[in-house]
Amino acid sequence: MDNTSVMENQTENAHETTTGLNNRKLLMWLFLGSDCMFFGSLIATYLVHQGKSLVGPYPVDVFDIPTTSVSTFVLLMSSMSMVLAYSALNRGNLKGFRIWILSTAIMGATFLAFQVFEFRTFVHHDHLTPQVNLFGSTFFTLTGIHGAHVTLGVIWLLSLYFNSFRGGVTPERSLDVDLAALYWHFVDMVWIIIFTVVYLFGVFRGF
Amino acid sequence: MSTDSKMNKTIDSEHHDHPSPAKYFKVAITLVIITAIEVGVFYIEDLKWGIIPVLVVLSGLKFGLVAMFYMHLKYDSKLFSSLFFAGVVLASCVCIALMALFKYFA
Repeated sequence: MDNTSVMENQTENAHETTTGLNNRKLLMWLFLGSDCMFFGSLIATYLVHQGKSLVGPYPVDVFDIPTTSVSTFVLLMSSMSMVLAYSALNRGNLKGFRIWILSTAIMGATFLAFQVFEFRTFVHHDHLTPQVNLFGSTFFTLTGIHGAHVTLGVIWLLSLYFNSFRGGVTPERSLDVDLAALYWHFVDMVWIIIFTVVYLFGVFRGF
Repeated sequence: MSTDSKMNKTIDSEHHDHPSPAKYFKVAITLVIITAIEVGVFYIEDLKWGIIPVLVVLSGLKFGLVAMFYMHLKYDSKLFSSLFFAGVVLASCVCIALMALFKYFA
């Protein structure tokens, strides 16, 4: 099935709506807009408390930019593999879909492993916990909630992967994958902001 | 506008071809290059406060590339863009307002 007929099929399901758009996709975009508000408030909370911790450790003591850059790269590549999975499904290439979506889930899990490693290092080596100071509290809340989003995303992707073996994922139902892809890309976008605002601004020596 | 013509308009807009895998790969390379530039700029201490607009612009570029090409906002209905960017703008305003309230810029 080519891209055009898949789009037509999705549109046929949308013809009953007043917008002419699929309600599920509309809802996903609404959700992502609201999730922007959620992360916006968390990032704002981190920023307003920045530099106000009475005791250390401070960002410059704990952040490892090279390692975090690698995890950022992994997450960026997972976005590419996610969109390639969706593209493969639209072209009727189920094997290609399975390969790319599994790759996405593995890269997402790799990113989580980096986060877990970082958190463990902060807690055990640097003695930074949410209770120690404002930096610890705001940092772990922000990145922990982002990590929870990534975890849910990995579970979602794996469910799509296994469901594809049961005939639950088809080019006609590519919207299911499209919704998961939108969520995954959003999670990546949030990390783009967090990496810059929290990590790069946090330890820049020029300030 | 009648329902049929509305549906046809929607079908027409949906007929816009999404990018090819090669384009997705090029976008990924661009994202990696921008990230590398961000990390490189990070080590230029002489930039001082000038690093803020540089990193904000670079991050904004990455954000836009992912939104337009990976999330297909460039090819989909403008309503989706409106919904999403309304959230982004609101979140940014809340962020800036909170920072101003707590005298972050002082």
